[in-house]
Amino acid sequence: MQILSIKGLNKTYGNHVALKDFDLEVEKGMVFGLLGPNGAGKTTLIRIVNQIIDRDSGEILINGEPLKMNHVRNIGYLPEERGLYKGMRIDDQLLYFAQIKGLKSTEAKAKIHIWLDRLNLLSWKNMKVEELSKGMAQKVQFIATVIHEPKLLILDEPFSGFDPVNAEIIKNEILELKRNGTTIMLSTHRMESVELLCDNIAMINRSRKILDGPVKAIKKAAKTNRFAVGLRPLPGLVLPAWGDFSEEEDYVTFSISLDGQRPNDCLIDLMKYGEILHFEESIPSIEEIFIQKINESHAE
Amino acid sequence: MPNKIFLVVKREYLARVKKRSFIVATILTPLIFPSILGVFLWIGMSDTGGDSARFIEVVDENQEFFLESNELFVFSYGIMTVAEAKEMVQKGNRYGFLHIPKLNLAQPIGITFYAAETPGMSVVSGLESEIKAKIEEIKLLNSGIDRELLDKLKTEVSVLSIRLGQTGNEAVSNTVINYAIGFISGILIYTFIFVYGNQIMQGVIEEKSSRIVEILVSSLKPFQLMMGKIIGIGAVGLTQFLIWIVLISVVSSVIMGFFGMKMPQQELMEQANPEGMGWMSEGSDLPDMIQLIQGIDFVSLVISFLIYFVGGYLLYGAFFAAIGAAVDSPSDAQQFMFPVTIPLLIGYMGLFIFVLDDPNSKVSYWLSIVPFTSPVAMMGRVSFGVPLSQLVLSISLLVVGFLFTTWSAGKIYKIGILVHGTRVNYKTLWRWIKEN
Repeated sequence: MQILSIKGLNKTYGNHVALKDFDLEVEKGMVFGLLGPNGAGKTTLIRIVNQIIDRDSGEILINGEPLKMNHVRNIGYLPEERGLYKGMRIDDQLLYFAQIKGLKSTEAKAKIHIWLDRLNLLSWKNMKVEELSKGMAQKVQFIATVIHEPKLLILDEPFSGFDPVNAEIIKNEILELKRNGTTIMLSTHRMESVELLCDNIAMINRSRKILDGPVKAIKKAAKTNRFAVGLRPLPGLVLPAWGDFSEEEDYVTFSISLDGQRPNDCLIDLMKYGEILHFEESIPSIEEIFIQKINESHAE
Repeated sequence: MPNKIFLVVKREYLARVKKRSFIVATILTPLIFPSILGVFLWIGMSDTGGDSARFIEVVDENQEFFLESNELFVFSYGIMTVAEAKEMVQKGNRYGFLHIPKLNLAQPIGITFYAAETPGMSVVSGLESEIKAKIEEIKLLNSGIDRELLDKLKTEVSVLSIRLGQTGNEAVSNTVINYAIGFISGILIYTFIFVYGNQIMQGVIEEKSSRIVEILVSSLKPFQLMMGKIIGIGAVGLTQFLIWIVLISVVSSVIMGFFGMKMPQQELMEQANPEGMGWMSEGSDLPDMIQLIQGIDFVSLVISFLIYFVGGYLLYGAFFAAIGAAVDSPSDAQQFMFPVTIPLLIGYMGLFIFVLDDPNSKVSYWLSIVPFTSPVAMMGRVSFGVPLSQLVLSISLLVVGFLFTTWSAGKIYKIGILVHGTRVNYKTLWRWIKEN
């Protein structure tokens, strides 16, 4: 079941095309990563789904229903550029954010208590944001995003601006929310977090989607059948011209293409040259795939 | 959905009303004015009480000018020379001495006043009016008219002005009171729009620059956010006004009670202009005054004031919100203040130059009909009486104007709040309105 389904989305600002014939399917319960260089159209896409800006054309369905104002109750949004009311107490502030999402006051207060307790902020609830440390304010910001228990949580560059400790806390909270059935869509530059967190990704470049699918499938498809090898050569042997060859103190590393050979057969061949230290399939990282895909799309 | 506007209104209202600066300003401002007034009155009273009348020696070479002493001056006529009189002043036995040389009544020149200190305006003009009255009296007597006849000739005329309503009802009106009502309500509306319009702008800039706004507009429509802010701040202003009115009347009556005197304004005006207060003393005959007050149609006056007060604020409030959304900092806002300042200023100047001068002239008519000037200008006419048809036209246009400014401001606002670091000019604003 798709929680978010986008078909043929178009958006232009004046002469600038921000999104062109954009399609996207986000399945319920997954963590979906949106990747792309700056200016690719990620934020535009996210803002359209949040009904902050209007689309020119295209269809957007939430749980199969055309997107409408009532859906804000079920969507949580953490923008890339974010802030809080500096002079407002954090409990009042969270109550306000919860209420404008559509929560009743009593319900909201109970949830605020739970969240403040969970992120160790309970004793600070009467403080104003300007009196908090930056890290604490970041936690408050996150609570404000999830306080109404959205079914779809949209995070634009969630790790930018967070210090490493908080980034870790937020990452764990995201995984916890996922376990509870929340669908999460995030855009990020931090590729390592994409591999750790995301089930599916879509890559956007120059207002178009250039790739999407499950992370595992994308990586599998990008496999080049090359293996990285570490070997301590037997003395007096002349080694073949392996790729990426590099000589260390008493061993060498290189990569080798299997060319239809089975890994075990290849390994047997290699053993003739010396002692195998490691033999490992080279799987490109998401970052490598990302850079490669972008270069490909620019070449077109 | 209107429920969400209410949430914004509530936040904007409470965030401001709870601030210490609001409480301080709201309580102190009304205390400041009556207190200053009180200090002046106190100084004034102790002044006249202390050295009561001024002792003045008169050296009159005509032997004719017997000036009557009053509460300001005590004149003494010890026959002495100029040198002797000067000495008395120098020794401090007299406040001053007045030398009246031989006078040609047709051209009385050479009258001199000597004093140890430079006398104030009130002393000099007081002496002048005494001498002037005396000379006039002598002249009249010389031409054979005696005091009794003179008193008989004095005539007081006052024209009772009655406004004939369309239904045939007659209302006693007083131009001065009408003038004052138009004047005060016009200034109040003008000030209110500027002060609280600026707060709208500051508020929008704050939300924009602290990047809260994107979170907000993912939960509610930009229009709801904008209207909530405008209404919330308007409510803050009304609260402040109400508290001021209550405090000022309480404090003023306490101060007046303490000094045991009449209306302080009246007192001041009498001091400033002893002759021009004629209408006041005559008008203060109780039955006349009551008739006058009854003649003022308070219900329609208060209703129109509220309509123009709120209408003008809403009309311009939307403008201020749009300006706030279009810029990154208050200093950038200056370039867009023009379309707000100019029509308001035209209304304000028009109120004084045309409307209060002649409420029924063509210029006054147009100033009170066009929605951008009517909130300030119409109040100058309402107190003099405006045909219902014109009032309806003006208010309808005000509503249309409000819808128009809010509609176009909403479009600017919607885009502007998300635009950062871009130089925005009028062309950009126009594109935003058009493209939406």
